[in-house]
Amino acid sequence: MNAIHVLINKEVSDHIRSWRFIILIVLIVLTFTASLYVSASNLKSAVGNMQDPDQTFLYLKLLTTTDNSIPPFHIFLNFLAPLLAIALGFDSINSEQNGGTLTRLIAQPIYRDNLLFAKFSGPLIIVATLFTSLVLLMLGGGLLLTGVRIEIQELFRILGFVIISIIYVGFWLALAVLLSICFKQPATSALTAIGIWLFFTVFFPIVVNLVIRSVLPHPNFLAEESLVRYNELILNILRLSPGQLYTDATTVLLSPSVRSLGPITMEQMVGAIPAPLSLRNSILIVWPQVSSLLAATMVCFAISYYVFMRREIRQ
Amino acid sequence: MNYPIIELKELSKNYGSLKAVDNLNLTINKGEIFGLLGPNGAGKTTSILMMLGLTEPSHGTAIVCSENSTRNPIRVKRKVGYLPDNVGFYNHMTAIENLIFIARLNDISYNEAANRALEVLKRVGLTHASHKKTGTFSRGMKQRLGLAEVLIKKPEILILDEPTLGIDPSGVNEFLNLLKQLSREEGLTVLLSSHHLHQVQRICDRIGIFVGGRLLVEGSIQELTSELLGNNGYTTSIQLQEAHPTPQQLKNTIEALPSVARVNIHELDIEISTTENITPQIVRKLVEEGAAIGSVNQKTYNLDDIYEKYFENTPSHSLNDSKNKISKKRINERSN
Repeated sequence: MNAIHVLINKEVSDHIRSWRFIILIVLIVLTFTASLYVSASNLKSAVGNMQDPDQTFLYLKLLTTTDNSIPPFHIFLNFLAPLLAIALGFDSINSEQNGGTLTRLIAQPIYRDNLLFAKFSGPLIIVATLFTSLVLLMLGGGLLLTGVRIEIQELFRILGFVIISIIYVGFWLALAVLLSICFKQPATSALTAIGIWLFFTVFFPIVVNLVIRSVLPHPNFLAEESLVRYNELILNILRLSPGQLYTDATTVLLSPSVRSLGPITMEQMVGAIPAPLSLRNSILIVWPQVSSLLAATMVCFAISYYVFMRREIRQ
Repeated sequence: MNYPIIELKELSKNYGSLKAVDNLNLTINKGEIFGLLGPNGAGKTTSILMMLGLTEPSHGTAIVCSENSTRNPIRVKRKVGYLPDNVGFYNHMTAIENLIFIARLNDISYNEAANRALEVLKRVGLTHASHKKTGTFSRGMKQRLGLAEVLIKKPEILILDEPTLGIDPSGVNEFLNLLKQLSREEGLTVLLSSHHLHQVQRICDRIGIFVGGRLLVEGSIQELTSELLGNNGYTTSIQLQEAHPTPQQLKNTIEALPSVARVNIHELDIEISTTENITPQIVRKLVEEGAAIGSVNQKTYNLDDIYEKYFENTPSHSLNDSKNKISKKRINERSN
């Protein structure tokens, strides 16, 4: 067993035993149960709704149906996942430095990037395990309760949803680790991370809206063509927010009938039969979203690497 | 036994315009206990970090265990145990868990690590606390656990940064004895940084005095004292019972004696610097002059004087090069 495994082992066991993680896991499990309960009680009407092209996908319905009292699980995750990642990563480097353990650690014959990678992958392994087991529990419970066979397409869509959620957590985790390198005080890095998260979930849409309203012409005076173009532009600006990317990606994966993330003109709709897309087509639609999330994660990690590798570490 | 294990050549580190370490040349032989002595902020820690490859030198090379520390830090760190000042442990883990974790980072198997952990805990006298969480440890215990952690990888060199800081006197004694024993029994090379001269003096074979990023002198304590004493001559201080009526005349009389360099009379105290030991002649002369002598002391130089001489004046202006040997001229300049 080499150094990186020892480091990851330690990270994972540290997190699992920590109060912080227990609180987070309770939070996630409660949200999951609540949204599942709501969707289970509305499942009958959702599956029986002949207007809906997705009605045959029972397990996707189980994840997405809601009576509007609470949002479905993937919307919840949109803002819970960053919180989870920030809570697990905000003090990864600076608490070691303040505790005097970082100097000791890097005086051992290990590469520094191993340490960084362990700090990133430890929490990610835990989150991945948590999400996968929750979703598998849901599938098993659904099988037991309804007795309906799961379609292979559904299974892959749900697995895809789990993978995208893990990538999304990975992005926030990389950001939190980066901030924990940049700031000496854990409180500062936590606040900054939460600030960024709040900005993207709450203020970013508002700011974009304000700017758009003052800059772009009124939609009533626009030709249809330019309206579509402007709409596309607004959506693309909104997609600068990782939360938007995540919502786009999961919505498409979990609702097979969603054909496009942008506006569709009447010409494009002519002759289209409202039917679910194949898995391949859905993945093609979300591919840009997934790769942008991955790219953002990489960028955060690369900056952390750059900042941390040659830094002099002392108390 | 007598080959260099740490070789620093023209090592320098600049932080912007500040020279933290300036042209450091130092050789430490295997099996030696070397004390790096200097006030806070003298550049001791920076030098140590460069030896371990934890920071890059601006100029010069550090060769440790015949490896270049800047290029091959991993290989150096395999052979060097480093105990930083203000050492910290994972508070939620027990002493033995902390040790095993570090041992496993050094590619030691779990069973071997557990055995060694027990062994080193016994060695530093912490067996009773091996299953206690380190969060409850006192400063002295942490320091000893730090030593245990350094020893668990069986290093060739121990580098200890201010290891005695914050431990009570009896703890310091124990710690230093342990170090000495380790060095003698296992042939470990020890590099110790400190600003406590008396502690360093007790166990170090050689010391280097480090001020303002420069190594001012280097040598065994005997060498340093004899150099200082040899250059500075003798000082006789005399206390009078009552003030002499004509102090100026008294001063002139003493100055007339052979080999007297300097005379200071301040009310009841007379201090005379001479190049040779002529205390009896001085006393005889004073008695002839009718001085009422209360006591006579011949001053010898001890380590405190060495320490003060080098530490009190920062060298930036008065020194133009940092030689490894005591320069006679320099000491004379400083004492006058």
